[in-house]
Amino acid sequence: MTTIEDKIEESKKLGMQIVKESEDDRLMTLSVGPQHPGSGHFRFVIKVDGDYIVYCDPDPGYVHRGDEKMCEYRNVIQNIPHLERPVIHDSNNITYSYSLAVEELVGIEVPRRGQFIRAIASELNRQVYTLYWLAIYGIFLGHSTMFMWPAGDRELFIDLLEALTGARVTHAFNIPGGVRNDIPEGFKDRCLRNVGYFEKRLKEYEDIFYNNPLFRQRTEGVGILQKEDAIKLGVTGSVLRASGVPYDIRKVEPYDVYNEIDFNVQYMRTGDSFARSYVPFLDMKESCHIIRQLLDKMPKSGEVRAKLQPNPKGPPNEAYRRVESGRGALGYYVVSDGTPKPYRVKISVGSFRNILALPFLLVGSRMADMPSIYWSLNYWPVEADR
Amino acid sequence: MSTYPEKFRFGEFVGSIVWLVFIILILVTLIGLPLIFVVLFYAPLPPVGDQVLTPYLFLSMTVDPTRTLPIIKYFIHTDLFRIAAFPGFSYAALFAAVTIFVERKFLAKMQLRVGPLYAGKIEGIFQLLADGLKLVSKEIIVPSGADKPIFWAAPIAFVATAAAVTTLIPVAPGWVAANINVGLLAVFAILGFFPLIALLFSWASNSKYPFIGGLRALHQMIAFEIPFILSALSVVILAGSLNLTEIVNSQISSNWYILFLPISAFVFYISSLAELERIPFDLPEAESEIVAGWLTETSGMIYGLIQLGSYIKTYALAALFVVLFLGGWAGPVIFPAELTPGYTGVRIYNAITASAIFWFTIKTFGMIMLMLLPRGINPRIRIDILLHTGWYKLIVLAFINMFVALALVYGGILGPGGLLVR
Repeated sequence: MTTIEDKIEESKKLGMQIVKESEDDRLMTLSVGPQHPGSGHFRFVIKVDGDYIVYCDPDPGYVHRGDEKMCEYRNVIQNIPHLERPVIHDSNNITYSYSLAVEELVGIEVPRRGQFIRAIASELNRQVYTLYWLAIYGIFLGHSTMFMWPAGDRELFIDLLEALTGARVTHAFNIPGGVRNDIPEGFKDRCLRNVGYFEKRLKEYEDIFYNNPLFRQRTEGVGILQKEDAIKLGVTGSVLRASGVPYDIRKVEPYDVYNEIDFNVQYMRTGDSFARSYVPFLDMKESCHIIRQLLDKMPKSGEVRAKLQPNPKGPPNEAYRRVESGRGALGYYVVSDGTPKPYRVKISVGSFRNILALPFLLVGSRMADMPSIYWSLNYWPVEADR
Repeated sequence: MSTYPEKFRFGEFVGSIVWLVFIILILVTLIGLPLIFVVLFYAPLPPVGDQVLTPYLFLSMTVDPTRTLPIIKYFIHTDLFRIAAFPGFSYAALFAAVTIFVERKFLAKMQLRVGPLYAGKIEGIFQLLADGLKLVSKEIIVPSGADKPIFWAAPIAFVATAAAVTTLIPVAPGWVAANINVGLLAVFAILGFFPLIALLFSWASNSKYPFIGGLRALHQMIAFEIPFILSALSVVILAGSLNLTEIVNSQISSNWYILFLPISAFVFYISSLAELERIPFDLPEAESEIVAGWLTETSGMIYGLIQLGSYIKTYALAALFVVLFLGGWAGPVIFPAELTPGYTGVRIYNAITASAIFWFTIKTFGMIMLMLLPRGINPRIRIDILLHTGWYKLIVLAFINMFVALALVYGGILGPGGLLVR
C-alpha cells in the first residue's frame, strides 16, 4: 500500500512535485477594501472556508490625516474647521464636544440661547448622519430604494442647516463660546414643517424596509452581540443600545440643555444586526420630538455667543468632555499648557470602539452577512482614522 | 451639461457635414451603383412573383409599390429574416433596449428620482445610445493569467445562447424561427448552458471574487432549474404537447392556463427571476459582498455584451411565461381586416397576424415590468435561504399544481375532448 509520502518521493524522482494539502489550502484569503464597494475607506482581511468566515483582521488607517497633531499648531478657534473633517456628515457633533472641552479650559459660560441653538443644530445634524448611514445600509443589502429615499430626505435637514449656518455639509457652527450666528427669521416654522414631513416618511421607511420579510430574514439573528460582550468590548452608541444597555450620553451625563429635555433612551435587547439597524431609526424618531421641545423651550431673544478675547487661553489644565454623536460617545481630551495653542488634543471616537466588535462578530458568520454586520456597527472609517 | 471645443463655429460644423454627405454621394454613384449592376447582371437571382429579377425590374420596383410588395413578402418569409430580424434576434434586442430604458425610468419614479434626463432632450431617450458608445470606446482589460480563449468566448456565447432561446418563441401563428415538436424541452436545454458559461467565465478570469460569484451562479441556477421545469410540466400535462405553438393553440381553444395553474405560474415567475439573477436573487453579482460577482473582471464591450445577453434572456423568459400561462398571442382582432392603399389593390398586411403580434408584445412587456418590480422593493436574499426556497418550497408548490393539472385532465375537464375545450 502506498502512502501519500511515498507518492511525494516518487514524484520527486520523476521531476514533478506533489504538495500535500495543508489546513490552509481549504481557506481563501480575501482582502475586502479599500477598493471594494462594500467597505468604504477601510480594509479588512478575511479568510473564508466555503461560505463561512473563519478569520478577520480589520486594518484601519487608510485615510489617516493626523488631525490630532494638526491641533497642536493652531489656536483653539482655528482648530474648528479641520476638526469637523473626520465626519463631515456629523460636523456639528464632532465640534460640539471640542467646544465644551475648550470652554471648560478657558472658563467661559455659553449664553442660554446659544446652548439651545447648539442642541438644535446637533440634533439636525445627527439626523443627516443617520440618514446617510441608513442609505448605505440599504444599498449594502441590495435595496436600492432604501438608498435613494434617505439620501433624498437628507435634503430636508441639509436645507435647514444651510439656512442656519450658511453651509450645506461642513458648517463650522459650534465654536468655543457659543455658536457663530443667531437663527434666521422664520426658521422655527420651516423646521417644524420639515420635521413633520420627515416623520411621515419614517413610517414609509418602516413599511418598505424594516417590515420587509426578506430584510428581516437577512438580519434577524445575525451577528448577535450579547450584553456582557458588548460591555466588555467597550462599544458605544446604537451598537451598545441594541445589545440591551440603555446608555446615552445625553441622559447619563447631560451637557448644556439636555437635562431640561424629556426624552427616552431607545434600546433593544436582541443585539443582532436587525436591532443595530433599528435603534438608529428609533433614535431618528425620538430626535424629532427633541427638536420640537428645543424649539419650544428656546428663549425668545438673547446672546448666542460669549465674548472671547482673540486668542483665548486658560491656565495649564486638562479637560475631557463628551457628547452623544451619531455613532456613540464622542469625547475630546484637551491639554493646555497656558498658551493659546493646545498642548495635546485626543479625540475618542465611537467608530473606533465599535470596530473592535467586527472580528468578534464576523468570525463564524456567513460571507453574505458580512455587509449587514459590518455596516450595522455604525462605523465611519474616516472618523476612526482621524 | 455638454461641452464643445473652444474654437467651435457652427458654420464650419454644418459645412463639414455637407462635405461628408457630398463625398458619400460621390462614392455611391461612382462605386456603389456600378457594383449593384454588376451583381444584378451576373448573379443568378431568384424568381419573384413569377418574374425573373432583372436590373430593370429591380429599379422599377423601387418606384412601384405593386412590384415592391412581392419582394418584401418573399424576403420576410425567409429563414434568415426570421432568425435575424423579426421573431428572433433584432426583435429581442429591441425589447432589451426598451426594457433597459423603461427600467431606469420606472425605478427612478419609484425612488423619487428623475432618471436619465439629458441625453436626447426628451426624458433622456438616447441615454442607452450614449452608454453604448461609452462601452464601445472603453478599453477591454484582460486580467493577467486569464484563460484568454474562454475569456473572449464566454460573453459571445452568453449572447448567442440567450438569442437561441428567442428563436423558439412563437409570437404569432406561424411566426416562429424554429417550430419544433420538443420546443419547451429545447428551451430548458438551452437555458442549462448559462450556469456553465458563468462558471467558465469566472474560472477564466483568474480572480477570487469572480470565482465565488461563478460558484454562486452555479448553485442558484441548478437549485431553481428543477422547480422551473416542474412548473412548466403542469402546462404540458394540460396541453398534451411540448410544442410551444400547440400549447398556445390549446389555450386559445380552452382558456389561459394561469386560471387553472396559478401556483405554477407563481413558481415559474420566481424561478425565472432567479434564473435571470435579478434582485432579490442577484447573489452571483452581489455588489457589497463580492464586488460584482462573476462580472468583476468584465470591462468595456464584454460587460456590454453580457448585459445585452441578460436583457435578451429577460425578454425570452417573459415571452415564455406569456406563451405558457397567458395564452400567447390570444386576443381579439383589433386591426381592420382590409387595408388597401389607394390604387394598387394589394393587401399589405394580415389583420390576424398583426393583432396577434400586438397582443403578444403587450403581454410580454407587462410581464417584463412585473419582473422589474421586485428590484425596487426588495433587498438581496442570502444563499442559504435561496437554496432552501429553491430545493424545498418551490418544488413542493410545483408538485401541488401538477396534481391539480392531472386531476383536471383525468376528470375530463381539460385535455382532449374535455369539458372546457371549445
